[in-house]
Amino acid sequence: MIRLTDEPIRIDDLMSATADPAAGATVVFVGMTRDNNEGRSVERLEYEAYPGMAEKELERIAEEASQRWPIARVAIVHRTGVVPIGEASVAIAASSGHRGDAFDAARFTIDRLKEVVPIWKKEFFEGGAVWIGDQKGEEGVWKNEGGDAPSE
Amino acid sequence: MTVRILFFASLRERAGRKEMSLEVEPGTTAATLLDRLRRDVPAMAGAGRISLAVNEEYCEPDQTLHDGDEIALIPPVSGGR
Repeated sequence: MIRLTDEPIRIDDLMSATADPAAGATVVFVGMTRDNNEGRSVERLEYEAYPGMAEKELERIAEEASQRWPIARVAIVHRTGVVPIGEASVAIAASSGHRGDAFDAARFTIDRLKEVVPIWKKEFFEGGAVWIGDQKGEEGVWKNEGGDAPSE
Repeated sequence: MTVRILFFASLRERAGRKEMSLEVEPGTTAATLLDRLRRDVPAMAGAGRISLAVNEEYCEPDQTLHDGDEIALIPPVSGGR
């Protein structure tokens, strides 16, 4: 299950999607809106996606994870639009025969997602708002280095 | 030939729009287009690291563009630790 949604994420959906009789372990990672960031008091986050491409990249990550680890299933759901404090912006479930592979695959999936999937996060904090971006250079992803880092 | 340029996140806000059409010379590469946009589009002035995607795939700088291509300007993605 690969999905972008503007509704609250239901973890049960990911559990159902990764259920497999051969799986002895499911690892679920949930990323949530935190009420603070770099000393700022955060009020909410807002996510914007490039829909067609984001889904393609998520599919690619899930495929890569399933090639690297003997995973039964991977599910990824990312929320878009406003995500209030304490609510989930992204959830990943990876099921496998044993827990080690499930942990590794889930970790790989969220780390890779943060590097390449075209989804952007705007932080609204007390007194302002800022687009968050700390994407590092990744092999296969072209970075045209020029000008200063975005500042808003 | 004409290509479609998509703006997202900070670039979309700076540009005040989601997309634009642009006439380019045949043989234009992704790198050439990005240089031109950085020069000609006020919203791009001071924009930092940008990746390009052509038709929903990250592209290399020397990739040649074609009529009707959808070019997405991709500022750094959401990050987090």
